[in-house]
Amino acid sequence: MTSNSEEPKKPGVGQIFLEELNNQFKPPKKDDKKKGVASQTLLIPLLAVITGLIIGGIFIILTTEQVYAAFGQSFGAGLAAAWDAVSKAYSGLFTGAFGDPARMIAALQSGDSLQIRRAFNPILESLVTSTPYIFAGLAVALGFRAGVFNIGAEGQIFIGAITATFVGYSVTGLPGIIHVPLALLAGAAGGAMWGFIPGWLKAKTGGHEVINTIMMNYIAFRLSDFLLTGPMKRPGSFNPVSPEILPSAWLPRFFPDPIRFHLGFFIALGIAYLVYWYLFKTTWGFELRTVGTNPNAAKYAGMNVTKNIVLAMSLSGALAGLAGANEVLGVNRNLAMAFSSGYGFDSIALALLGNNHPLGVVLASLLFGTLRSGATRMQLTAGIPNDIISILQAVILAFIAAPAIIRTIYRLRKPTVEEAGVTIRGWGG
Amino acid sequence: MTPVLELRGITKRFPGVLANDHIDLTLEQGTIHALLGENGAGKTTLMNILYGLYKPDEGEIFVNGEPFQVRSPSDAIARGIGMVHQHFMLIPVFTVTENVMLGEESLKPGGFLDRETAAKRIREISIQYGLEVNPDSYIKDLPVGVQQRVEIIKLLYRNANILIFDEPTAVLTPQEADELFEIMRSLTAQGKSIIFITHKLREVLEVADIITVIRRGKVIGSVLPSEADQSKLASMMVGREVKLELEKEPARPKETILKVENLIVTDETHQVAVDGVSFEVREGEILGIAGVQGNGQTELVEAVTGMRDVEDGKVFLIGKEVTHAVPRKFTEAGTAHIPEDRQRDGLVLPFPVMENLMLCTYYQPPFAKGAIIQWEYVMQNATRLVQEYDIRTPSIFTAAGSLSGGNQQKVIVARELSRPIHLLVAAQPTRGLDVGSIEYIHSQILKRRDEGVAVLLVSTELDEIMQLSDRIAVMYRGKITATVSAEEATKELIGLLMAGVPLEEARLQIHKQTTQSETIGGAN
Ligand SMILES: Nc1ncnc2c1ncn2[C@@H]1O[C@H](COP(=O)(O)OP(=O)(O)OP(=O)(O)O)[C@@H](O)[C@H]1O
Ligand SMILES: [Mg+2]
Repeated sequence: MTSNSEEPKKPGVGQIFLEELNNQFKPPKKDDKKKGVASQTLLIPLLAVITGLIIGGIFIILTTEQVYAAFGQSFGAGLAAAWDAVSKAYSGLFTGAFGDPARMIAALQSGDSLQIRRAFNPILESLVTSTPYIFAGLAVALGFRAGVFNIGAEGQIFIGAITATFVGYSVTGLPGIIHVPLALLAGAAGGAMWGFIPGWLKAKTGGHEVINTIMMNYIAFRLSDFLLTGPMKRPGSFNPVSPEILPSAWLPRFFPDPIRFHLGFFIALGIAYLVYWYLFKTTWGFELRTVGTNPNAAKYAGMNVTKNIVLAMSLSGALAGLAGANEVLGVNRNLAMAFSSGYGFDSIALALLGNNHPLGVVLASLLFGTLRSGATRMQLTAGIPNDIISILQAVILAFIAAPAIIRTIYRLRKPTVEEAGVTIRGWGG
Repeated sequence: MTPVLELRGITKRFPGVLANDHIDLTLEQGTIHALLGENGAGKTTLMNILYGLYKPDEGEIFVNGEPFQVRSPSDAIARGIGMVHQHFMLIPVFTVTENVMLGEESLKPGGFLDRETAAKRIREISIQYGLEVNPDSYIKDLPVGVQQRVEIIKLLYRNANILIFDEPTAVLTPQEADELFEIMRSLTAQGKSIIFITHKLREVLEVADIITVIRRGKVIGSVLPSEADQSKLASMMVGREVKLELEKEPARPKETILKVENLIVTDETHQVAVDGVSFEVREGEILGIAGVQGNGQTELVEAVTGMRDVEDGKVFLIGKEVTHAVPRKFTEAGTAHIPEDRQRDGLVLPFPVMENLMLCTYYQPPFAKGAIIQWEYVMQNATRLVQEYDIRTPSIFTAAGSLSGGNQQKVIVARELSRPIHLLVAAQPTRGLDVGSIEYIHSQILKRRDEGVAVLLVSTELDEIMQLSDRIAVMYRGKITATVSAEEATKELIGLLMAGVPLEEARLQIHKQTTQSETIGGAN
């Protein structure tokens, strides 16, 4: 039996997905094949980002008044103004995401530690922004693996933030080494509970988790509004904000202000590894994946399908809860209304982009965190309206969620039945 | 006369496999051309190429002498090529009419689907060819046999001239198969041409006008049915001599392993499917359950493996009551189960072969220590089973879904037979397997019997039942209407019993026949 095909093949997404699964087990002497797969895995998101930037650029041109004015003078001036607007915006995006190289060098030469911190802050800030994405992306990915569509990550993030905040300010007298884990656990538990409920409803009543998690989102949002204007409101404050979390529950930061880079990032990486381990190294993960891929076969294999669905929803909720806890304990140090800017919803795209694989989710989260953090600064430095940034993100998201579009634009080979190994049977019951 | 279809030099590679290796094939108008070949030989791949599902790496296709570039199934359909797939391509939640219309929706003015007209045509077709089906039923409610008729109607609905049947008889009862052959003959009589893939040599000899044998992606040769017999075809296919008859020692049954008392089981629609069935299977014997598909065998098997709950009655396994037990209980008590629907229950298609090979025992040592899966062992185990059971796969990391149908079945059989068991419940264990593999799996089942395993064999394949069973119980309309010993069982007798004739009457009829003409032999 031959082990290598002679021709270099460009596998499609379905194939990559399967390969990805297969590659968990690192079959010996498959390096060359793996490399090809990896490059394809990265190619589509990369092209999605580039396409997103191009379309974003068009929007920037269309919305910059100077460009219209310049076109009124002459065509050449118009083009120049258009180029100017786009390049200003995107260099703003770049320096916002990674920092300004010139400034970094200057700061290093000056030796002034505040200067250095300021110069290097953007790239660390990108990591800070990536962190909740990692947690939330893992949450959705784990759900997908078990065949459940957790749209409720956003609500679970809120609940996790609430419980973590509560433990963070109300439990006093603990050393950090206990208080931090306790607050994180509280966040995970809160999220888990919020995931458990729709999971349990699905298992017991067949109520669809998509509907129920959306409903749970609304409950979570309004619950947080209620708590922040009532029981959890900071005494003496006119704003709906919780009391300050005690320093003993803060996720430690590694550098003085203004750098907010904190332990949460490494916890997120650790959790990502844990999820990977759980999914691919343990019998629990095998059950979860089997239930998610073919519930009939799972039943046949003696697995408890409903138990696994409830468990997966709870674990997914716990991960989302951690995203919330991470934000309040690491960044905000209190709970305010609307503290999460839709991490829970973006995380659905992240999970898809990352092929529901923890490593993929981490990479996708880094991309998103970087983009978002860069975009915030692009807004400040280049004066690009916020809406443009949202459009840019939405375009990238759309392309990522619909790789078929990207494939059509760039004429990549599309996955056919042969690679995906799909069968139409099995979506009956 | 130009052939309706000509394939020249078709080559197709998959990662690690040369599925088709310069295949030439000529289909003459109005003939039935049988394709024969072992599991994984590349038959389905070839047909998928012809149907536009896969792109060939090399080779050309000619339809009526003109070159034909096929890019998608719609191209194929437009040129009058239709295919019934090995695994049905029906959408379970759609009705028969909707499935038939799919891709060729006739519309009413205003853009609404014209279901009435379509349903009318379906009725016409089904009456014309005797393909009985209710256009308004949902696919998921139909037994496999009827689902297939829908697939055939789909082709006829699209006026296909070249019809491809990929293992159409694997899911049919002998009677249904005979009916299908009638249909096929009348189709060719009306000028249509058929490519017919099957593993059943008898069928090939009965119905084909010419037979082409493929092995490991290459054409081995073509023969006329008049020049061939079963053993010649078998050895062409497999490349060695195949024993078509099993050598079997008489059974030495001992303790009762499985005991079923007055079992009542309902189906999805809450109709009674198993109606008061009682039987025993003992160590070292094979009890064969014969019956036409849809007489409650499916539900019976599911009930004695924990897949379906029991309404009434009792199930005992090695003396312990397990009436409402879950599948895992059965597994742990030493039950192996080869399920009837391999893709639905038996496999997780996107998972690699090695994961499918541990599906029921993944949590037990040595597959796992505690909750940690021992991948090293999983791989070893898979490598060993792939060799032992001759599963044709590029590697143990290949997704089970990309194996050929027969090799998917082998994955299940290998998994279920490779662990220590007391009871084997085998439903259609060799469905879709080539003669070589059937020989191997039958010998494995017999070996297990001789080692003291109790075997409950459920098959609609009369040959299989007759060859393996020590006792044969016939199921008819949810009841076991008769149980006869292997010595007494003849094809005629079982056939009568399967048709619902009471035992005494059946015996009488057989007796009359034998006294009338003294020439009733068992085989063929
Ligand atoms: N989608 C696919 N991806 C990768 N390999 C495939 C795919 N489909 C088929 N193969 C491989 O190609 C070979 C031929 O498979 P094919 O399904 O054509 O066999 P077959 O002759 O129809 O066998 P069977 O009688 O078991 O149905 C097998 O080795 C199979 O593993
Ligand atoms: Mg096949």
